Amino acid sequence: MKKLGLIVNPVAGMGGSVGLKGTDGLELLRRAEQLGALPQAEKRAEQALAALVPLGEGLELLTFSSSMGETGAAACGLKPRVIGSGSSPRTTPEDTAEAARRMAAQGVDLLLFAGGDGTARDVCGAIGTSLTALGIPAGVKIQSAVFATSPAAAGQVAQSYLTGGIGREKEAEVVDIDEDAYRRDILSARLCGYLKIPDARRLLQGAKAASAPDERAMQRAIAAELVEQITDDRCYIVGPGTTCRPLMEMLGLEDSLLGVDMIRARRLVGKDVSEREILENTVEGMCSLILTPVGGQGFLLGRGNQQISPAVIRKVGKGNIIVAATAEKLSSLRGRPLLVDTGDAETDSYLCGYYRVVTGYRENTIYRVSDCA
Amino acid sequence: MEIQTGSRLRNFHQAKWDEEVIFELSTAGQRGIHVPEVETEISDLVGDGLSKIPASMRRAKAPALPEVGQMRVLKHYLRLSQQNLGADLNVDIGQGTCTVKYNPKINEKIAASPKAQDIHPHQDESTVQGALRVMYELDLFFREISGLNRFSLQPSSGSHAILTMAAMMHKYHEVRGQADTRDELITTIFSHPSDAAAAAVKGYRIVTLYPDEQGMPDLEALKAAVSDRTAGLFITNPEDIGIFNPKIAEFTRIVHEAGGICGYDQANANGILGITRAREADFDLCFFNLHKTFGAPHGCGGPGAGAIGATEELADYLPVPLVGFDGGRYSLDYDVPHSIGKVRSFYGAFPVILKSYAWVLSMGAEGLMETARVAVLNNNYLLKKITEIDGATSPYTGGVRRIEQVRYSWEKLYEETGIDTHDVTLRLADFGFHLWQSHHPFVVPQPFTIEPTESYSKEELDEYLDGLRHVVQEARTEPQTVKRAPHNSVVHKIDDSSLDDPEKWAVTWRAFLKKYGESSAKIRG
Repeated sequence: MKKLGLIVNPVAGMGGSVGLKGTDGLELLRRAEQLGALPQAEKRAEQALAALVPLGEGLELLTFSSSMGETGAAACGLKPRVIGSGSSPRTTPEDTAEAARRMAAQGVDLLLFAGGDGTARDVCGAIGTSLTALGIPAGVKIQSAVFATSPAAAGQVAQSYLTGGIGREKEAEVVDIDEDAYRRDILSARLCGYLKIPDARRLLQGAKAASAPDERAMQRAIAAELVEQITDDRCYIVGPGTTCRPLMEMLGLEDSLLGVDMIRARRLVGKDVSEREILENTVEGMCSLILTPVGGQGFLLGRGNQQISPAVIRKVGKGNIIVAATAEKLSSLRGRPLLVDTGDAETDSYLCGYYRVVTGYRENTIYRVSDCA
Repeated sequence: MEIQTGSRLRNFHQAKWDEEVIFELSTAGQRGIHVPEVETEISDLVGDGLSKIPASMRRAKAPALPEVGQMRVLKHYLRLSQQNLGADLNVDIGQGTCTVKYNPKINEKIAASPKAQDIHPHQDESTVQGALRVMYELDLFFREISGLNRFSLQPSSGSHAILTMAAMMHKYHEVRGQADTRDELITTIFSHPSDAAAAAVKGYRIVTLYPDEQGMPDLEALKAAVSDRTAGLFITNPEDIGIFNPKIAEFTRIVHEAGGICGYDQANANGILGITRAREADFDLCFFNLHKTFGAPHGCGGPGAGAIGATEELADYLPVPLVGFDGGRYSLDYDVPHSIGKVRSFYGAFPVILKSYAWVLSMGAEGLMETARVAVLNNNYLLKKITEIDGATSPYTGGVRRIEQVRYSWEKLYEETGIDTHDVTLRLADFGFHLWQSHHPFVVPQPFTIEPTESYSKEELDEYLDGLRHVVQEARTEPQTVKRAPHNSVVHKIDDSSLDDPEKWAVTWRAFLKKYGESSAKIRG
């Protein structure tokens, strides 16, 4: 029998219908309610669960009480085992996190959560990549790569994963947007971490026929290219992200997925280093910076890698920046340039122009980097 | 959903035989034919034949060919043929970029005649003057069509022709002592991916350009790409999205100034025959796929022919032999100073060459131009009709007419209904239609590419349009019918979850046995 965990963030998505661009925080939720917003995450969870009903006795569903999953599951005719309850009258982010932790303790095969980027961030903070999870899109902001393309698609992926149709997982980015800035029409996403999700390409990223090598194969190809390029006399500042990870793996080095690492002569100089440490270890002209765009908007700098400050960039020099990204990541930008937002307008404009982006083994793409102006 | 009255759609249903792979049919000892023993009078005279072959060239054991009786083999391939579609059966305009058009059957007859079939490449030149004349004159036709100076008909396909261009480019730089330093080949994301792939096989590093907002290759990106490492540029025009780049001469100028060679991928030249030429855009090399533009069928992956042309300067690097004519007799010319040598055995796929020769002669210069005009007209008729379908769009350069094909998008349909381009493709199969998406990566979201060529009548184009309209309507009224498609086709749904993992690929039976072992080979499906 397969164990499935279900967490519904009942307030997710409520702000969207009344133009609030999110519902992070109690005060905002009250405002959404005053404006007449109705809960919708539960409905969307039901749409996903419909695909799982045929599994019948072969599925054990674990969830939290009432609107955090129990009611939605029951509406589909499923009989969930309730393993906890959220705060009353309104659930909190801590309830999501606590539910995720309990599901992990129960050893669920898959954790489905209905919500938005904020919910994904809470789940990620609680369980990291310790178990496989998947988002049912129900929030206002869906920038993270951990959501299926629709609630029905989430149900299909879950069904296929639990019955062995999808046999592998991958790490996907959890990104959250600063809601305050978003309400002022400033899009400012930050990489919060990674969740392990079922690797079902088509249902996660829209239509991608499975005939081109997948993202991980391309990342390994990029790593093979970078390993050939690096020389022992130089120091390399390796930015965050899954694209850079296979490079560290090929070199047999530990990496910090969310942090910045430094290597010299194929050895680790520092893991998860701060701006100060980078500056101390950077010899002008003898250091290269390896970056990969983060999140859906293609930010190269200024989102989750602020350690790589304007001072660091000046010391490294524009010509020593190596950008790496898979062809799919570039094409997903729909022609928009890669972006830099270092907090210093002069540095940003210094960084603008065309770069050779490493897209595979002995493969480059010429791509434009722009400031946010 | 019922097919509406007045619709041109067919109640199509494909045959399904659940046929095995030929290797699975093998039974040890079964034979198609028993070859009679050699009579003693003969073997006494010539021996056993085998011992005349040097021991080092002989197989230690027999090849692992399937052992199947003749009648079963016949059934096997006839069954497979019934599970197939193709230009002779359906309205095959959904395989954009492939130029699937009508190839007159009379030319098959010509190519199958004993005059063509019973000659041997080892025959003395004096006995095959007719065949050499065909090759020489086809070279002359292509010179006229491209404006370049000399053609070799040796490459067997488009990708093979690209590999030949890469080899010539390499030799060109080698002669100048720059082969080691000039190691980068520039191409564009909307050029055919073989331009990158075949050049990579030759050892080049690949630099790819993205389009600008209008969908044209980004000229500024090209300026950023060229350097003293630039070996050359391989590019298509019009690109796969069907837009002609009017600044192409600017591209070749920039690459030439950087010391590079420019190769024009004209695998598909169907929309520009007699309209524009490689010469005027200042290309050094170009090639035509005879099995696309010039009247020979694709033949399920072969044989094809990629005729490669060069300017006077680059002609010295073409593969040998070229076919020459001294005013009296035709000959095979091996005297090509910097030739890269041979790129295949003998001289090219002669039957394909012959079909193209016959096709060009039957069309004439005016006919070739008419081909392009009608292909472009058909394409722009479809462009108008398809963009009238709510849910379909044609990204880039709004309002600009396209050349021979268009890369459309179902993004709007997907956002409204959840039906994606893959779903539409599978549902169209229920009506005997094929719809191809795009090369990877999908720069155009939810892409589909249609190329009507000059061959199809308005009635057939309208039949295909009815198919698109029907599926779009279903997407809005009964999406599950589309999601669960195909219903009338051979293969319903396959699990493609591991098809994108190179470590799991097995493209030959031998590779399959090696990766998955004998035991899994016995378990069908």
